[in-house]
Amino acid sequence: MALLQIVEPGETTAPHQHRLAVGIDLGTTNSLVATVRSGMSVVLNDVQGHSLLPSVVRYLADGRVEIGRTAEKHRSLDPKNTIVSVKRLMGRGRGDIAHGETLPHDFVDGEGMVRIRTIAGIKSPVEVSAEILKVLRQRAEAALGGELIGAVITVPAYFDDAQRQATKDAARLAGLNVLRLLNEPTAAAIAYGLDNASEGVFAVFDLGGGTFDISILRLSKGIFEVLATGGDSALGGDDFDHRVFCWIIEQAGLRPLSPHDARLLQAHAREAKEYLSSHGEAPITIKLGSGEYVDLLLTTDSFTEITRTLVQKTLTATKKALRDAGLTVGDIRGVVMVGGSTRMPQIQQAVAELFGQEPLNNLDPDKVVALGAAMQANLLAGNRAAGDDWLLLDVIPLSLGLETMGGLVEKVIPRNSTLPIARAQEFTTFKDGQTALAIHIVQGERELVADCRSLGRFELRGIPPLVAGAARIRVTFQVDADGLLSVTAREQSTGCEAHIEVKPSYGLSDDEIAVMLKESFTHAGDDAFRRALREAQVEAQRLLEATRSALEDSSTLLSPAERETIDRAIVKLEAVMLGDDRRAIDAAMQALGAATEDFAARRMNQSVQRALAGKTIDQISP
Amino acid sequence: MMSDLDFAADHFALFGLPRSQQLDSAALDLRFRQLQTEVHPDRHVQAGDAGQRLSMQWASRVNEAYQTLKNPLRRALYLLQLTGHDPQVENNTAMPADFLFRQMELRESVAEARRDGDEGVLEAARLQLVQEIAAVHRRLIELMDGEHEYVAASGLVRQLMFQEKLLGEIDDALEVVAS
Ligand SMILES: Nc1ncnc2c1ncn2[C@@H]1O[C@H](COP(=O)(O)OP(=O)(O)OP(=O)(O)O)[C@@H](O)[C@H]1O
Ligand SMILES: [Mg+2]
Repeated sequence: MALLQIVEPGETTAPHQHRLAVGIDLGTTNSLVATVRSGMSVVLNDVQGHSLLPSVVRYLADGRVEIGRTAEKHRSLDPKNTIVSVKRLMGRGRGDIAHGETLPHDFVDGEGMVRIRTIAGIKSPVEVSAEILKVLRQRAEAALGGELIGAVITVPAYFDDAQRQATKDAARLAGLNVLRLLNEPTAAAIAYGLDNASEGVFAVFDLGGGTFDISILRLSKGIFEVLATGGDSALGGDDFDHRVFCWIIEQAGLRPLSPHDARLLQAHAREAKEYLSSHGEAPITIKLGSGEYVDLLLTTDSFTEITRTLVQKTLTATKKALRDAGLTVGDIRGVVMVGGSTRMPQIQQAVAELFGQEPLNNLDPDKVVALGAAMQANLLAGNRAAGDDWLLLDVIPLSLGLETMGGLVEKVIPRNSTLPIARAQEFTTFKDGQTALAIHIVQGERELVADCRSLGRFELRGIPPLVAGAARIRVTFQVDADGLLSVTAREQSTGCEAHIEVKPSYGLSDDEIAVMLKESFTHAGDDAFRRALREAQVEAQRLLEATRSALEDSSTLLSPAERETIDRAIVKLEAVMLGDDRRAIDAAMQALGAATEDFAARRMNQSVQRALAGKTIDQISP
Repeated sequence: MMSDLDFAADHFALFGLPRSQQLDSAALDLRFRQLQTEVHPDRHVQAGDAGQRLSMQWASRVNEAYQTLKNPLRRALYLLQLTGHDPQVENNTAMPADFLFRQMELRESVAEARRDGDEGVLEAARLQLVQEIAAVHRRLIELMDGEHEYVAASGLVRQLMFQEKLLGEIDDALEVVAS
């Protein structure tokens, strides 16, 4: 595939200013890391020259952990301790897991999220994912010769808040500063769009190992605007494997299988499926643990038949996304294919038929997500070069709401709203003298709370005792550019304020993460303290640079007194910045932030006006 | 007017568009992109926590304004509110008899098609409803911008809410039927 050229070589920032940042595609089956080097997005290989890291983690009795290819070799030998497709467990409870009964693991119910019992103890999916991310971080730091200032991690567009939160926790646990969670199809669109200088409305059809996403985007003059997204976070190549797996069991009349045989069958099922993408039929020969042989022939026709409903599901989600975008297939300029499972001819045909055009396969479906993520990481790290002027506007995939009387959902933020977004809704008490209000946050499209995903509950206390219906409680949802939600409730009928912010209860608490992080660095012989200090210093440096350049181009917005306050805060930050007191650096940054608050607001107003001043009202009025 | 522009400006002023139900959607789209290019958090990555927060608030504000102006029903509701007219969406449920009859008819055929799993009938009903909604949008422009008949416009707005709800039901049915 063509390398993605985004700036003229001469235009790149000077090497000493270049901040090391990477994009990571944390896949169900394979993970990879990429970076922008001399203006080009490139995938980073391991020392053996492999770019894909199988997303497989094996825990050993002596506390060692194997990750990737070595672990993959033990898939069927040590199935209980070898965890594959962990992404499907992220942010999920025990009951949410598809085909859980055929997985060889001992699942343990955990708060919010399922855990896995291994020979090395009970592990949460977040920890398992962190192991994969750690390998990629080390690979990148070795290849780039320095510490990363941050990473963009991709997630399926259809991931809900709990799954996103879990992914972010995993990254933090791996010692990565998360610059952004980026939706996988959007990442692919960036790589595709920038590579081909495309304009118009495109669909990105991403069928990977464990998830399916469909996104509809408008590409216009460097702006990537997602119009709608849809999919299924539990539909991917794994499910096609499962259909073949069941077909083998049925055809061969096999009894209940040992975990070892189950893994063996799964591996052969996958092999046969992949073989069929380029052959008319696939022979399946398996030697079971008992010494018995299974000998079957899977034809394209049988495979098409047993997987028809899976293909149909992708089409249903695609049509829904089109409706949500208010578009029809005729409006779509091109369909970009992403993910290993789009190699199946059944998928290619179905997509071609639905859209009435041949899908676009000119990018490497395994790498395009990581390449796009690296480009976004480069931008967010502050390495924007001249002419490198694009912007991403993404959406939230699933509606957010609150539980109201009778177990019904009141939607506050509808799906496919452009991010970031804030919405407020007013509520009142329903009993006289009520002083507390229970707030239950849910995500999903259904009308009943029971059919949606519960993200968190919290209670607002200290409401003044009034007659029913007199209190005014304003609940504000804020979803940031990562698609993560925070909720604030405020009582305002009497001016008395009760205010609380929640983060959904899935994932690990900050304390738990801090402890694990410390442990992980102790093991790795790294120093968490020095690392955090360096991060603070880099942040401080960035803030100073940004403040200075703001003062340079809009000093007229400040009175001499204001200017003096800001200058003092700058001097203070400069003074503590080179020391090793991380708290003092944080405090000085806070103080500078506070001193420049009004200034920043005025500057923002000014740039908004500048945006509108480009054209006069007469020119654009009807 | 430009110099007053700030966070508290109304949606039309923010986008530099005249306050009317008629809207130049190309201009709206263009302005939206210009504004996000200025205020979006990704454009202020160096700005520190306070700066990031400010830009998130601005970007949220621009998104909200854009969504409100882009959708004709939301735009009409917003305009009525700006001009001090209460569309009485909560307490006035009176609708013309022929409109109600037409809605009931449509709703029944949707329910039937949903039962029979008839995607074709649903698609046809959807297309027809979308056309009917577009006609109401056009009439709203006449009532609000030309005739300044806000009471009549409010009535149409309430009808539109009804129709959009039905559209949502058709979409749900389409999803159920397809899966
Ligand atoms: N030639 C092929 N034919 C059919 N399927 C294939 C082929 N090659 C790879 N696959 C399937 O693609 C899937 C892996 O794709 P990919 O690496 O894009 O997924 P992932 O990024 O790890 O998963 P996800 O994006 O869902 O998290 C596996 O299910 C694999 O069996
Ligand atoms: Mg993938």
